[in-house]
Amino acid sequence: MTPYEIRGLQGRRIKDKIFTSVVWGLTFSCLAVVFIILFYIFKMGIPSLNWALFSQGPKPVGESGGGILNAIVGSLIVVVIAAIIAIPVGVSVGIFLAENRGRKLADRVALAIDVLQGIPSIVIGIVIYVWIVKPTGKFSAYSGSIALAIMMLPPIIKNTEETLILIPTTLKEASLALGASYFRTTMKILLPAGIGGIFSGCIIGIARIAGEVAPLLFTAFGNPQLTGSIFKPVDTIPKVIFTYASSPYDDWHRIAWGGSVILVSFIIVLNTIIKIFESRWKVQF
Amino acid sequence: MKNRWRVLENKIFVRWLSIAAITTMVLLLIFFITLLISSWPGIKANGFGFLWGKTWDPVANHFGMFPFLIGTLITSFLSLLISAPFSIAAALFLGEFYPKGLIPNIFRNVIELLAAIPSVVYGFWGLYTVAPLVSKLEMKMHMPAPGVGIFTASIVLSIMLIPYSVSLIRQVISMTPVALKEAAYALGSTRAEVITKVIIPSNISGISAGFLLSLGRALGETMAVTILIGNSPELPHNIFSPSYTMASVIANEFTEAVGDVYLSTLIEVGLLLFVVTTIINLIGRLIIKKVSY
Amino acid sequence: MEGTILRTENLRVSFGDNLVVKGINMEIGEKQVTAFMGPSGCGKTTILRAINRLHELTPDAKVEGKIFLHQENVYEMEAMTVRRRVGMVFQRPNPFPTMSIYENVISGFTLNNIKLKTDEKNHIVEDALKKVALWEEVKDHLKKRATSLSGGQQQRLCLARAVAMKPEVILLDEPTSALDPLSTAKIEDLLYELKGNYTLIIVTHNMQQAARISDKTAFFYLGELLEYDDTKKVFTNPKNEKTQNYITGRFG
Repeated sequence: MTPYEIRGLQGRRIKDKIFTSVVWGLTFSCLAVVFIILFYIFKMGIPSLNWALFSQGPKPVGESGGGILNAIVGSLIVVVIAAIIAIPVGVSVGIFLAENRGRKLADRVALAIDVLQGIPSIVIGIVIYVWIVKPTGKFSAYSGSIALAIMMLPPIIKNTEETLILIPTTLKEASLALGASYFRTTMKILLPAGIGGIFSGCIIGIARIAGEVAPLLFTAFGNPQLTGSIFKPVDTIPKVIFTYASSPYDDWHRIAWGGSVILVSFIIVLNTIIKIFESRWKVQF
Repeated sequence: MKNRWRVLENKIFVRWLSIAAITTMVLLLIFFITLLISSWPGIKANGFGFLWGKTWDPVANHFGMFPFLIGTLITSFLSLLISAPFSIAAALFLGEFYPKGLIPNIFRNVIELLAAIPSVVYGFWGLYTVAPLVSKLEMKMHMPAPGVGIFTASIVLSIMLIPYSVSLIRQVISMTPVALKEAAYALGSTRAEVITKVIIPSNISGISAGFLLSLGRALGETMAVTILIGNSPELPHNIFSPSYTMASVIANEFTEAVGDVYLSTLIEVGLLLFVVTTIINLIGRLIIKKVSY
Repeated sequence: MEGTILRTENLRVSFGDNLVVKGINMEIGEKQVTAFMGPSGCGKTTILRAINRLHELTPDAKVEGKIFLHQENVYEMEAMTVRRRVGMVFQRPNPFPTMSIYENVISGFTLNNIKLKTDEKNHIVEDALKKVALWEEVKDHLKKRATSLSGGQQQRLCLARAVAMKPEVILLDEPTSALDPLSTAKIEDLLYELKGNYTLIIVTHNMQQAARISDKTAFFYLGELLEYDDTKKVFTNPKNEKTQNYITGRFG
């Protein structure tokens, strides 16, 4: 051994050990935080889960009990309509990007979508307010859906693109060589082959918007009445959590915890579905 | 006849794809124009002093957004600062220490669970857990102890940023060329040295882009912050003061804004938020794209 | 020799600034097997793909000149029509992974939205699979995924898929290059069987293959057609020195 190596070797080893333990420690505290938060939410929320929560609307202030049926229905309406709007558009843009990969226009579209993903959701809420709520003069479920649909687009587009570019071109050529049009080739060959990835993109999109309030504040607004109309304002679960959390009433807080558990469980289930899809539902080429 | 329909159907389809793509692309521009037009009355009435004005008094039609600007900046940077060591450590753990295998896979999924919790639930949780702790701390320091304020909001916000920064930075770190790392190891470096002297410096622009994008997210984060920041349109005295961010002032006052100027002033705040986050995301994404190839 | 089915007139294909096929004039006989040979990069696959207009998928590809299918210029027809009349089998087997064996054979019809009755379909599938000698092997599990078959079976399935459309010409782009020797032999036997009933154009690197199954052989070199004659003549008595060098294994 040369003197260079002897000198400081011990110190370097110790430094390395310290560094490694710091990385471990910080990583583990991240994990711990996840469990602390989830544990707290479930601890607070599970006791408030009862039949009334799912089957009743809100009670006036002062009366105890009541539920969030109106918000559960409202969330379903708003999210389903958003998905109906976003999925066809998002998948189409994804097909376009996969087809035109490497061209200038496609690059720009892809960049714009990345940037769109970073736009604060509340800004999207303002835009939809200006576009729809102001001209029509009223808050509505469908205006909220449009705001959420815009937020859903990026994950759907990205997943569709990334799935489609993995499909071998020979498959597309085989179909075209049989005389099929590009449209039919896409519909019957490419999309079915990529269905797993596209589907998980849609689920990621839904998971992303299911807990959103900000874009709904000035669009879907809120409504203590149960309604099935997309032209009326509706409550959603996250909106109810926000309203109730900012109130001083214990009973409302209890309901907000119940809503939180429903919402978080729903999103975790969606995440799990995505994971299962990613690992299992792959088409073999 | 049948063939002609097929050709037409195909043409419509191809046309539709480009229309959908181009519309999505110009959406940002349409947003900008929409916001600009509808905030015009406010811009005209408030002038440039709007940015530096310290008083926000809607009743007197006097609008200065400086307190929100400061509140937003402090909250965002503070949360970024708090989350940075955790994000880098977790990104190193998952991207460099243990990039493959069952356990790191589970870890990654667990950290991603943080992204599954909605903003509003974070706010509510923070109100019950973080705010009382901060309140105790404030009492110990003999300060007014509302519990809510910049510090509380920043702590919760920093947790919300972790899954986002970790996934961005991990992605950057895992792209370090193996040859580069091996060269450093071959010279007898320890892992800590390889990381601090090779991996981090060679990925510094990508890591910065990751933090920049996280900052963009922090600036626009609305619900959790609205619940936790204390909603005070005053200039904050210190990091414990109740304050207001641009996003939370919009969330709280938009539907109650009476009068055109008030409403369009709030939209002006939104416009500013839009422009800043667009620029941040544009730069961040361009850097990430550049380092990915 | 029967009539001419395909004729090219000064066919030129370029990718960007790179001229790959430099003015080819040739006629291809009906119900014959024509082999395209030549060293890599000689443009043989490029010509093949020009016939059914697959180059239109490549952004910077440019095709000049004319190709006549019977009397019609392929480039003045609807691409979809051309491709339905000219079938193709690719280098690697590419059955549709989301479809069953049965669905793969009938896919030319379903993809073109041609509605058929069930017995018609059954008949077409059975007939096509019998022609490619796959029927006995798969008749009991037609509902299985096509990707569950072996490579050689998959390639025969792809041939059946093309045959089912009753094309006027079948293009084969090195159809055995990704297969093991046994499967290769089977495909060769098959092509030998199909000879006389179909017009086949086969791109191949394998000289024995060309010698065995083709009636005519075209030898290409750097985008030019150097020699085109009866296979026997090309192999026994090549006129061109380069052809001779190639078939005697001196390059390529």
